[in-house]
Amino acid sequence: MMKNRKSNWALLAPMYVFTILFVALPILYMFLLSFLTRAEVWGVDFTFTLDNYKRIGEPLYLNTFVESLKLAFLSTLLVMLIGYPYGYFMARMSAVWKKRMLLLIMIPFWTSALIRLYGWIIVFRTNGVLDKLLMGLHITEEPLKLLYTYPAVVVGMVYSLLPFMILSVYSSAEKLDFTLAEAARDLGASSFKAFWTVSFKLTLPGLLSGVILSFIPSMGLFFIADILGGNKIVLVGSVIQEQLTKGRNQPFAAALSAVLMVLTTLMIRIYRKVTGTSELEGLV
Amino acid sequence: MKTKKWCFVYVGVITAITYIPILVTVVYSFNESKISSVWEGFSLKWYAELFQDRDLREALINSLILAVLSCFFAVIIGTSGALGMYKKKSRLNDAVGYISMLPIMIPEIILGMVFLSVFSLMGLPFGMVTLVIAHTTFCVPYVYSMVKARLVGMDKSLEEAALDLGASGVRVFFDVTLPLIAPAIWSGVMLAFAMSFDDVVISIFVTGPRVNTLPVKIYTKLKTGVTPEINALATLMLAITILLLIGAHLIGKKKNK
Repeated sequence: MMKNRKSNWALLAPMYVFTILFVALPILYMFLLSFLTRAEVWGVDFTFTLDNYKRIGEPLYLNTFVESLKLAFLSTLLVMLIGYPYGYFMARMSAVWKKRMLLLIMIPFWTSALIRLYGWIIVFRTNGVLDKLLMGLHITEEPLKLLYTYPAVVVGMVYSLLPFMILSVYSSAEKLDFTLAEAARDLGASSFKAFWTVSFKLTLPGLLSGVILSFIPSMGLFFIADILGGNKIVLVGSVIQEQLTKGRNQPFAAALSAVLMVLTTLMIRIYRKVTGTSELEGLV
Repeated sequence: MKTKKWCFVYVGVITAITYIPILVTVVYSFNESKISSVWEGFSLKWYAELFQDRDLREALINSLILAVLSCFFAVIIGTSGALGMYKKKSRLNDAVGYISMLPIMIPEIILGMVFLSVFSLMGLPFGMVTLVIAHTTFCVPYVYSMVKARLVGMDKSLEEAALDLGASGVRVFFDVTLPLIAPAIWSGVMLAFAMSFDDVVISIFVTGPRVNTLPVKIYTKLKTGVTPEINALATLMLAITILLLIGAHLIGKKKNK
């Protein structure tokens, strides 16, 4: 018994040490940092202040938060509308097609996120592929100048986040017994009602998990706004990055991150309450 | 029957759209012209330029080293952690398990910000060491959660039977437990490797002035201006990914038979 316990601690030790040292303590330090003052030249002064949080309340930064949330909501909504049917339909395919579709989804998912975004630059740029196509078909007369606009950023976001939603919904819908919906129809429910009361309810955990998996990263993906939006669209992520690099203001960046972190944890909490599970479906 | 057709059409159209930027990149990588909106004929000159680019090659090697090291540490930490927590459940274990998952649950930018400030507080020089630490934190959750899920579904009696037959604890681990959880470790590593190899956000914050990873290098190139060299690089990376995935797919098929 003694020996067993000892060996168990040996197994746990790397995980405990690593998690505490490089995850827990750094995150705690971030919260501490958010109450400190920026030093004159470089680094941090250990003087307590609430100024960093007050500064977030300034219209300039508050606006950035609101804009980021708006973009995250819009992207997540679109991802949901496109991804839910995709994942749901995929789960209804034959085993062979399921495998093929998974492969097709995984290929873009595994190629560099940057490179996929780069493809959109070529498509969207003035006189790029899209402009040529639309003007060639005489749908538009002039270049649309889509690159470095809001819609371009939304497309980039939706594109990057879609696989998360599809895989979450798919893994939930795959477990679904489709005969349940058929039974509901046999008992006289319309096909919409059968879907809504049976299938949709049962795939809700997957959908919610997909929503969280798209919403959370979307708040921090500053490089999408950077590459496809130029400098016009500023998100919380961009502000944090700017404060760290150009502004050299670690405490303010920490305060922004802390607010973001609290928002994120709240969402995960709500997810757990609603679905009653602790794991996010399709996360890994 | 009719609904099934609709499903295929919908899935097909969406999939086709997701491949547009990829196909465009591949096509233009063979474009003679430097301005990517004009097609001036087939050429391999960007590939030639790519192979002569020392910076990019160095960045590629850095990225590979980084991904391999991070996965190595993640396997040790994640697997042993999952095993230890599976053997004895406690609230403390649950808490540590939860915290260890945080790096892939919170927005990447927070992690980058956290590591930048902590490493500068500790006075660690920014470079490969800081990169490996940061990447290991988000590689561990993939291995840990995969192995954990596998252990939950595992038949405990197999280990017990081996113990009853007189095998030592170590022998049971290597002959029974490890072969059972190996597929889970492997899929965790594949995901972790892909995430590490592709990471921009966290790497930007913890990389040093002299160490570049491939995604960071590509990012700076994209920001400063477009070079068709990137098209060639993208095409090559895509080809490798497709080959690897199809290979894995075929191996899986064979095993199933």
